[in-house]
Amino acid sequence: MQFAFTDEQEEFRAATRRFLQEKSPTTEVRRLMETSEGYDADTWRQLSDQLALPGIHIAEQYGGGGFGMVEMCIVTEEMGRALLCAPYFSTAVLATNAILNAGTDAQKANVLPDLASGKRLATLAVTELNGQWNPHAIELVATPDGNGFRLQGTKSYVVDGHVADLLVVAGRIGGTSGDDGLALFTVRADASGVERRLLPSMDPTRKLARVDFRGVHADLLGSGTDGAKALTRTLDQAAVALANEMVGGAQTLFDSAVNYTKLRVQFGRTIGSFQAIKHKCADMLLEMELAKSAAYYAAQAAAAEDPEWPALACLAKASASEMYLHLAIETIQIHGGIGFTWDNDTHLWFKRAKSSEVFLGEPYYHRELLMQRWGV
Amino acid sequence: MSKMNEADVRAEVRAWLAANWDPEMSLVAWRNELVDSGWGMPQWPEKWHGRGLPVGLVRAVEEEFANVGAVGVARSGVRLLAAATLLEHGTDRQKEKYLRRILTGEDTWCQLFSEPGSGSDLAGATTRADLHGDFWLINGQKVWTTSAHHANYGLLLARTDWDAPKHEGMSYFVIEIRQPGVDVQPLKQMNGHASFNQVFFTDAQVPTDSLVGRVGEGWKIAMTTLAHERRGADGLNVPTRKGARAGRMYEEERRELETANQPYKWYPQRAGRVDLILDRAKETGANKDLHIRQEIAKLMILAKSAEWTARRARAAQQQGRPQGPEGSLGKLAASHVARACARVHTLMTGTDALLSGPESPRNGIIAEILISVPAISIAGGTDEIQRNIISERVLDLPKEPRFDTGPFRNVRRN
Repeated sequence: MQFAFTDEQEEFRAATRRFLQEKSPTTEVRRLMETSEGYDADTWRQLSDQLALPGIHIAEQYGGGGFGMVEMCIVTEEMGRALLCAPYFSTAVLATNAILNAGTDAQKANVLPDLASGKRLATLAVTELNGQWNPHAIELVATPDGNGFRLQGTKSYVVDGHVADLLVVAGRIGGTSGDDGLALFTVRADASGVERRLLPSMDPTRKLARVDFRGVHADLLGSGTDGAKALTRTLDQAAVALANEMVGGAQTLFDSAVNYTKLRVQFGRTIGSFQAIKHKCADMLLEMELAKSAAYYAAQAAAAEDPEWPALACLAKASASEMYLHLAIETIQIHGGIGFTWDNDTHLWFKRAKSSEVFLGEPYYHRELLMQRWGV
Repeated sequence: MSKMNEADVRAEVRAWLAANWDPEMSLVAWRNELVDSGWGMPQWPEKWHGRGLPVGLVRAVEEEFANVGAVGVARSGVRLLAAATLLEHGTDRQKEKYLRRILTGEDTWCQLFSEPGSGSDLAGATTRADLHGDFWLINGQKVWTTSAHHANYGLLLARTDWDAPKHEGMSYFVIEIRQPGVDVQPLKQMNGHASFNQVFFTDAQVPTDSLVGRVGEGWKIAMTTLAHERRGADGLNVPTRKGARAGRMYEEERRELETANQPYKWYPQRAGRVDLILDRAKETGANKDLHIRQEIAKLMILAKSAEWTARRARAAQQQGRPQGPEGSLGKLAASHVARACARVHTLMTGTDALLSGPESPRNGIIAEILISVPAISIAGGTDEIQRNIISERVLDLPKEPRFDTGPFRNVRRN
């Protein structure tokens, strides 16, 4: 297993970071989070055309960059750091991986080039009104109909579901339970019977939608027999990518906290000279570096198809979730009164930390899954 | 020699081992040959028992030794810290006198730095060295001295100038332990073991040529020793041996290690034995308790992340990149892991945690863990000192205001 990034990966990271620093200052984050689309079309086009980020992990034969999980996680880490408002996680991480995992060669060739080039947006609809990320909780019913299926049910907490052109939907054949009968379907967002509604959300930098499917025509992704496996694999990959996004966001919080302790003067000294603050910062650094190691290691393990990587995905997600939120709370604490004002930027990351804690499953859920996957 | 590539080095060391390695030799005789050959410390200068190899090639030498099961130089205890310090700061006479016998394992060393009044603040030492003609007279007390009871020599940090600021008034000596005026007493810990000693000095004599460096340079030189301690010294490391392990030399080496490791017998509990956790969960049925499962998972996440963080730092070093902050966090992380481990072991053990000795779970090991862990956050630099180091050296936060500048004589102390 690799414990360091290659020189090429470091260069790729540096280029991505430069781009995002320029395109996603907090003034831009604040502007976009107030819009209903939640992203800037020009920036999306540029990150697609200049850096080819949406297709970074898609094979070259389908129009992508031919890289893998590690590069995708570098992108999410840097986006987390810059808090970029863009449909990257929905399109590239969730939908693209679902299609890569479940689709036939023909389906990949048909759909992926447009996703890789950034021309079309997509997302994955898993959770329903019960809010559970466990695939066993899926109730949306898929009924065979001619050469396709009809979907009946409701999906919620669908990231960027309001702007996606293509919906990858997890459903089950009526009367099945557990892993049996689970399958992934593709649905055009403008298909008849699809109703989408933007949900007001606590973290306005990550837009969520509710999508109703009323007898909507859908195409089965892949052969159908492996739906549960492909879905689980996709969610595990997303957990790893999210863990990396979280450590990126935490780094921004941490840097701002430490910088502030060097500027803020109280009792005639900068507050960074007090052990109470220094020790808090040291503990924050430790917590962050530990979560970072787990996130990096999980990405490397996933890229190498190490048999343990699904367990490590849970480990990384649980670790990063608790760390990110804790660092956000401590960053506000270090900023004192200004820390919980609207004008201070900390709350933007605090809200992302809070939404990331729950998104794709809470730490409690992932710790239990980790124990199951370790056979404890 | 510096132009050698890895293949050349491997070929040469392999040939030398083929011609010389014999497990039936006596340990000291073999190590003398090793010292003469330079293969025992290949990265040391040729003049001083090495071959001047770049550090990057040492691994290749280690692997060749491991392939034939050859024994390396003595490296346990404080020996190699002493050797590295003397190599850097000692006189030629000192190097001649001490280095060979360190490498052959004939001499054992201890480190006389900490005192009852100066633990975290090591530079507050008050053990004094006063010059009387051609020797120094040593008076005072050291503590937390591992292996002093079987050491011949000690690395001594003592105050030689009470009017200089604290860091500038100390000097560094080599002192013979087995001499009048040096009294070594075991220090019993709360877990019942005595891993350390107290060492009392009453007019103990140190000849002037045993001063290392110049008078007043003691702190600077002690930093060299501590830097090597943090790096785990740098000797030839022959971790896994293939091939037959029978032979006189293995037997002698086994006895040597047994003696050297005897003070560390409580150390297996140091990290809280995270390796036992999953087995214990099944053994106790704690794996069926949803609450304890969560606690186990939290601990395992912490322990695994700490391990990977250390490996990230090592990988950066091996690639010749500067270590990031992850390199400074190991000691603090280990302390968190140990504490979390003790907590989870208690959760799983339940009322049996009241017992000790053979009646207690795993023949006393769990009881040992539970009463040994508090020391981890103190020994080798407290958690608080680690946090200061991290915040000041890694994060560049301002230092605490100091009140101990000026002449040491006037500094408030214990």
